[in-house]
Amino acid sequence: MRAPAFNWVMWLVGLAVLLVLPWLVTSEYYVNIASQIVIAAILALSLNLLIGFGGMISLGHAAYLGVAAYLTIYLTAHAGFGQLSGAFIAISSTTVLAMLFGYLSLRASGLGFLMITLALGQILWGVAYRWASLTGGDNGLGGMERPHPFGLDLNQPTIFYYFVLFFLGVALLCIARFIQSALGQSLQGTRDQPRRMRTLGYNVWLIQWLSFVFAGFWGAVAGLLYAYYHQFVSPQALHLTTSAEALLMVIAGGTGTLFGPVVGAALVVILKNVISAYITRWLILLGAIFVAIVLFMPEGLLPGLAAWMRLLRERFHGGKKPTSVSAVTKDRVL
Amino acid sequence: MNFWIIQGLNGLAFGSLLFILASGFSLIFGLMRIVNLSHGAYFMLGAYVGLSAIEAGANFWVAILLGGAAICILGTLIERFILRRLNGQPLAQVLVTLGIAFIIADACVWIWTGDPRRVPMPSELTGAFRVAHLAFPIYRLFVIGVAFALAAALWFLLERSRLGAMIRAGVDDLTMARAMGIRTSLLFSVVFCLGSALAGAGGVLAGPILSVYPGLDTDMLPLALVVVILGGVGSLLGAFVGSLIIGFIYSYGQALFPDLAYVILFLPMVLVLTLRPTGLFGRQAI
Repeated sequence: MRAPAFNWVMWLVGLAVLLVLPWLVTSEYYVNIASQIVIAAILALSLNLLIGFGGMISLGHAAYLGVAAYLTIYLTAHAGFGQLSGAFIAISSTTVLAMLFGYLSLRASGLGFLMITLALGQILWGVAYRWASLTGGDNGLGGMERPHPFGLDLNQPTIFYYFVLFFLGVALLCIARFIQSALGQSLQGTRDQPRRMRTLGYNVWLIQWLSFVFAGFWGAVAGLLYAYYHQFVSPQALHLTTSAEALLMVIAGGTGTLFGPVVGAALVVILKNVISAYITRWLILLGAIFVAIVLFMPEGLLPGLAAWMRLLRERFHGGKKPTSVSAVTKDRVL
Repeated sequence: MNFWIIQGLNGLAFGSLLFILASGFSLIFGLMRIVNLSHGAYFMLGAYVGLSAIEAGANFWVAILLGGAAICILGTLIERFILRRLNGQPLAQVLVTLGIAFIIADACVWIWTGDPRRVPMPSELTGAFRVAHLAFPIYRLFVIGVAFALAAALWFLLERSRLGAMIRAGVDDLTMARAMGIRTSLLFSVVFCLGSALAGAGGVLAGPILSVYPGLDTDMLPLALVVVILGGVGSLLGAFVGSLIIGFIYSYGQALFPDLAYVILFLPMVLVLTLRPTGLFGRQAI
């Protein structure tokens, strides 16, 4: 029951909503939240390449967001690079880092892959936290200006929103194209049947590694936009909780679909902002959602809710024998 | 010269603490294929429980027992009522333990506030041990002694007892072990309980050296992961050697290049994963 990667109606509706959003919401605060959602969505999309299409569960995806953000701010605000060259160096170096991390993580698969990505990610966090002379330690790194590409004033929330939305559009197109390409198709083959793929002569390792690097590249793009948005970065951007939030976005939206992570990103960012406005216990909630999803909705939050709705409807109408939740959607995340 | 000896002993002490944490983690992973991401949180929670016990008037040794017992009970409940329901779904189990780790971490901030607290040292172990003109804290020597004793006890348990034979059989081939009539579900409970107790007691033991603070969990967890990646899955010797290696690297690194102590941790991982992905003493790839 894997949803088709392309669904033009969904595409158009989603695009229309995103485009008119600044007119629907009035206050700048909400436009800024929309920008946060778009940036988070790019990160979630790139992680979904690994999880949904490659079956590689990474708990270190914040590495690419954080490193790109640190590099962008360090290069442009502290090392005297221009905006364009700074952005270029930040993204390309982060992609090189993804090559190294991909090489190390893909020495294992499954749980081992997860452990290595987590360890690498947390070591990076430790570096950012402890190497205070370079990264500012716990105080983080700030002082950067948003660029003015083509004379656009990115300090204007609405213009910034369209700026990041443009990147999300490009990311969606590229990732959709990637999934349909021969490489993307074979990646899904290695997810489902690694041994068969190997027998058929595919270089499973290379396919997974290239996809890992591609995902790292888009994580870096998200990091660049993160740096532009906050104009500040602290070790928190590299922390395990950031990776876990990205993972939650992917799982919440339903893995293996193109649009799922975007919806998941919206859910998590909105929830986080709403909760933080009232209480300071976001982390407990994050943990509780993880436990609840795994125990009660192993297919993911959105498909899980849909399945529950279907179940309720069946209970109320026409006395059909209720099917169990996991029987309704066979497509389990985990 | 003195510097190298003192830092070496510091590294040994830190590696000892790491071993107490990582041995349980490695056993649980090796036998049950569960990457228990709550393990760092158990360590921290154990330390906080011990701290509260001492502040309520208990002595240090009772506090260690209480810390270990509390986490042992918590771990057993989690294993029995959550992890066992997810049997055969390793990734679901990982995510649950991650969620539990977040819940424990935030609850600790809630209960014990965000300030770092030092667990007071037992009075009989304060002071320094002097050889020639070198002075070394007795408490650290004690921690090293505990870790070596624990390593010997675990070795005896695993290699010389009937229970250990069953655990080793389970690590090597779970299906076969079950077919031979070993009650693997009971084995799982025992190992998870033991690992949790070690994490909790280890947290109290670490309290006077590392002190307790929010973030202790995520400081220790990746080190435990690195130890297992280095040493190999489910291998006691691997956990021991890996802990000491990381302890030394960390200790010398922090003394020589404080900024880069964490960067150096990449090095052994890169080497082992490149040259020997099974880990130094592991028989299967992680």
